[in-house]
Amino acid sequence: MKAIDERPVGIADNPRPGRFKKHHMEDFAGRSYTTICAILLIVIILSIVYFVASKGLATFFRDGVSFSEFLFGSKWDPDGNHGEPQFGVMPFIFGSFATSILAAVIASPLSICASLFMTEIVPGWGKKLLQPVIELLAGIPSVVYGFVGLTVIVPALRDMFPGQGIGIAAGSIVLSVMILPTITSIGTDALSSLPRGLKESSYALGATRWQTIYRVILPTVLPSILTGVVLGMARAFGEALAVQMVIGNAPHIPRSLFESASTLTSVITLDMGNTVMGTPHSNALWSMALALMFMTFIFVVIVRLLERRNRI
Amino acid sequence: MKAKAADKIATTIIVVFSLLIVAVLLGLLGFIMYRGLSHISWHFLTSVPQTIREGGGIGPQLFNSLFLLVLTLIITIPLGLGAGIYMAEYAKPGKITGAIRLVVEVLSSFPSIVVGLFGLLLIVNTFGFGFSLFSGALVLTIFNLPLMVRITEQAFRSVPKEQKEAGLALGLSKWKIITSVLFPVALPSIVTGTVLAAGRVFGEAAALLFTAGMSTPRLDFTNWNPLSPTSPINPFRPAETLAVHIWKINSEGIAPDAAEIAAGASAVLVILVLVFNLFARWFGNLLYKIMTASKRMG
Amino acid sequence: MQQTSTTFRTENLSVFYGTYEAVKNISLNFPDKSVTALIGPSGCGKSTFLRSLNRMNDEISQAVIKGKIWIGGEDINDPSTDVIQLRQKIGMVWQKPNPFYKSIYENIAFGPKYHGVKNKKELDQIVESSLRKAALWDEVKDRLKQSALSLSGGQQQRLCIARALSVNPGILLLDEPASALDPVSTSKVEELIVELKKELSIVIVTHNMQQAARISDYTAYFYLGTLMEHNDTEIIFTNPANAMTQEYISGRFG
Repeated sequence: MKAIDERPVGIADNPRPGRFKKHHMEDFAGRSYTTICAILLIVIILSIVYFVASKGLATFFRDGVSFSEFLFGSKWDPDGNHGEPQFGVMPFIFGSFATSILAAVIASPLSICASLFMTEIVPGWGKKLLQPVIELLAGIPSVVYGFVGLTVIVPALRDMFPGQGIGIAAGSIVLSVMILPTITSIGTDALSSLPRGLKESSYALGATRWQTIYRVILPTVLPSILTGVVLGMARAFGEALAVQMVIGNAPHIPRSLFESASTLTSVITLDMGNTVMGTPHSNALWSMALALMFMTFIFVVIVRLLERRNRI
Repeated sequence: MKAKAADKIATTIIVVFSLLIVAVLLGLLGFIMYRGLSHISWHFLTSVPQTIREGGGIGPQLFNSLFLLVLTLIITIPLGLGAGIYMAEYAKPGKITGAIRLVVEVLSSFPSIVVGLFGLLLIVNTFGFGFSLFSGALVLTIFNLPLMVRITEQAFRSVPKEQKEAGLALGLSKWKIITSVLFPVALPSIVTGTVLAAGRVFGEAAALLFTAGMSTPRLDFTNWNPLSPTSPINPFRPAETLAVHIWKINSEGIAPDAAEIAAGASAVLVILVLVFNLFARWFGNLLYKIMTASKRMG
Repeated sequence: MQQTSTTFRTENLSVFYGTYEAVKNISLNFPDKSVTALIGPSGCGKSTFLRSLNRMNDEISQAVIKGKIWIGGEDINDPSTDVIQLRQKIGMVWQKPNPFYKSIYENIAFGPKYHGVKNKKELDQIVESSLRKAALWDEVKDRLKQSALSLSGGQQQRLCIARALSVNPGILLLDEPASALDPVSTSKVEELIVELKKELSIVIVTHNMQQAARISDYTAYFYLGTLMEHNDTEIIFTNPANAMTQEYISGRFG
């Protein structure tokens, strides 16, 4: 017992000279390391923007294609197989918007229902059932979605509607399943962070569950759900392979949803391997990548605005 | 009672739509397994693909996918941890922190094909790494980094701040607190998040088409010299991954059994992603027990 | 020990959060081997004051501190002070027990290990003596490898005290250490404080008047960031000079 009380002199009284500033070195090294990693992120994004922009702008400044001809032209013939080369990417922009908007239109109601199911209808087992389902849907690789779209959805559409089955409809359906998890998980988070009192006061007034959901809950979480929808659309807009596999890849604006079409990503995917760097064709593909990047910024800005509104 | 009727109808619709989602997933998985499982065999998993004949396998692609994943994680983890720790522990609220947060957000919503093109331009061409596993790993790092940063930052932020205070009061340096007090508590969520992110990397194809390439040289699995062009572990050789292979045979496969190969390869990919998911959860919980000598709360 | 001759006092100490002055120009002396209790209604600045004594406010908030804090002949607010070394000499325990998510043994051994104790025997000794001082040894000696989180709240709090003692501080800061505990654990912690003051100078923030009266030698009454009264505990509780102190300790407000 006594031996314990006679423990060695306290450490604080006995600073070891050699180790005196060890903790400063440590802190300096740690701070430097983490700061460098953070700066690297900025360097990466700046160089992506710089390189994509410098290549993408060459179309306009070196190859002499005008901005409006590029954006609004509807003829795509970059190698001049039918006379003068034409660089109109309107059909692809149209395809990208059409598929991603349609995908959001299909996915949003489903996602909102799934979120409500997990939080309002059967909060207990509803969540246990749907949560893993949503996570698995999010985990399935996009090429697998493309493969299933090609072997199931395209033939089904071919049987039901006129045309080959490929096209914007097939692309939208595939994309809608892919973006379901994004919208659902953001919606579920928003719904489950609602204050209890909100619902209870509505129920206390004798409102039914649906009235409560419709009049009180949905208006409150609307900005969050819209955030989810925009993020979903952003994902759909940038998705390449799954869409490319089912959309048909014809370079024109289709007359129906069941006719072959193209998106910005599908054209880049298909053409990039077959062009020589520096040619007008290749540069035009980079301009399309620049457009994709620009759209990403727009989506991020919209999300930011929605989040700001949500905070108030 | 109109309100009651509306309530009933709405509830029915919500339930039906939710069950529809479950049905879609079950249908998807069922279809992939039904079409794919019958084609999976030891031979399929280990032999090389055939271009025009039947009976090709996915051996090299499977190996490439796993090897590329390992390479990517080796690069991503230290960088992602560093930047995530910076965001959680060092960044002071202000313009720069706001800018980094925006960067992470933008980077994570960049289309992967754009990141792939950037890789083609800078890493493949300018730096001269060519179509190679290394180029692919760098691009996947860019693709994966924002996620890693977010996972790390959240994991560190969810450690109670009293832990940090306790460390400070003991006279520990901040870095020591981060590495020895906070990190062990944050690690399980970081691991779970990383493995889930790895599943995403594993299935990524668009960013790899123009960086890791769409072909694999004839590999000699007895050659373990990392500098030899036929060695499987040479990081500077082109490598077609499983996901890229699925895309390729769907768009331009001419082997008579291309559809079966695509189905089999899809099934393998999905099974591996499922395994990642389950493993992530199990391993995260196990780690929590080991690191903190206790059961996970909540 | 070097600390026995320590003088520990603040001189015109003020703490600002932006333009808000949370602690106003406080000069207080903490005599060695004694317990000083800081009392006052919530938001009176006593916790902020306590946290500035080991410069904990540096890390956690954006507080600006003015004035001097003397330990021995050194002003710890001086920019040249090595804050990390300083904190080693000042132990701190909070309201909510915050053991590390580690084993009981590791909780105690962690600090000394970092500060250079490598020898396993020496560490074992520090662990045992720290736990004994915190009156926890007999309860945990057979399960040192178990998680600290498996202990009860009262045990966790005593473990935190033992952890603070493990690096041999000369000063112990206690921020309402018993307010989250049940009565039995509270009295154990109080006994412990009385025992520990034989070696250390202790500053304790408490909301519990009886507790302040039971364990402290000196009491300081804070109100809206100002030090209203500071005297021997006995005098404060029997014959306070300030009418507000009188009202507060008799429970009429706060």
